[in-house]
Amino acid sequence: MNTAGASRPYADPYLAGIGLGLVLLTAFVVVGRGLGASGAYASTAAGTVALVAPGKATASPLFSHYLSGQGPWLEWQSVELVGVLVGGWLSAALAGRLSVSIERSSSVGSQQRLILAFGGGLLMAVGAALARGCTSGQALTAGALLSVGGWLFLGTAFAAAYAVAPLLRKVWQ
Amino acid sequence: MNAPLLPETASLSATLSAALVIGIGFGFALERAGLASARKLVAQFYGKDMSVLKVLFSALLVAMLGVFWLARLGWLDLSAVYVPPTFVLPQLLGGLVFGIGLVTAGLCPGTACVSAATGRIDGWVVLLGLFVGMVVTGLFLPQGASFYQSTFHGAWTLPEWLDLPYGVVVAGVVVLALVVFVVAERVERWSR
Repeated sequence: MNTAGASRPYADPYLAGIGLGLVLLTAFVVVGRGLGASGAYASTAAGTVALVAPGKATASPLFSHYLSGQGPWLEWQSVELVGVLVGGWLSAALAGRLSVSIERSSSVGSQQRLILAFGGGLLMAVGAALARGCTSGQALTAGALLSVGGWLFLGTAFAAAYAVAPLLRKVWQ
Repeated sequence: MNAPLLPETASLSATLSAALVIGIGFGFALERAGLASARKLVAQFYGKDMSVLKVLFSALLVAMLGVFWLARLGWLDLSAVYVPPTFVLPQLLGGLVFGIGLVTAGLCPGTACVSAATGRIDGWVVLLGLFVGMVVTGLFLPQGASFYQSTFHGAWTLPEWLDLPYGVVVAGVVVLALVVFVVAERVERWSR
């Protein structure tokens, strides 16, 4: 780990994108499926609810999907996201970018930032549950496979983000 | 080569080992691009830093062209690649809600994980919000099940919808991506 201030600049976005595309292509070639993230939160939620209220879990079309087969705790995307934690940590460690912090603009306090982070996470969960995926599973993976739903999601998610961004300008600047 | 290399009948341990390795590559690429940083990610929506679209579209191009050519050469069996099903109305509404959440949180479900891994507390809180959101959505979903299951089209692709050959749609997406890159560079130059 480097000391603060010695962190290396980020990679060129096109190069990083090509790297990410090769990872996605590898996933298609090796396991016949792409990348995803929101499924890991959905399966963890399914497993948790199944422990507390099994009837409610099986009655939900969102949860029941993850309760069959190998079960919610061995979901492919959950193991993949553990890998994401490891890979993200490794990359940041090599570049001297590890630091415990709350990232925010100077116009919002730490507590406000964390409330917005939680609320944003809540909204993304609702959206990803309805859409059956998020930026990774729908926009990127389904998009690369030319799925109609993937492109619908990509278009509406970016349109909505651009539409509400002016209202949240103070939060980020 | 006869891909996918691990068929659906492959052992769980082999499939999950692949998940872990692929995930490491995924997280590494996202962190390299700087997308563990909420402020850098959100700068996309204020025209300051177009990294999100550049990374997304260059990755999409590589994977799309790779799948297309590997299938054309007979090395990848496209019918064994899982295409997520299309549900038109739930995905339209889901995309809208997701986009609002994205600008609010500053991170998406994948990048929040990378943000957390680099030590950012806000990244961990986004993860918590995603988990709680999934619990709440799942518990309320039986009430909205008819909408959730509506407008189902199965594994529906753009070539099928537009009634165009696969290669023509691939070429169209390449052109679209190049337009996105040119616009992204212009926007960054203007905002400087």
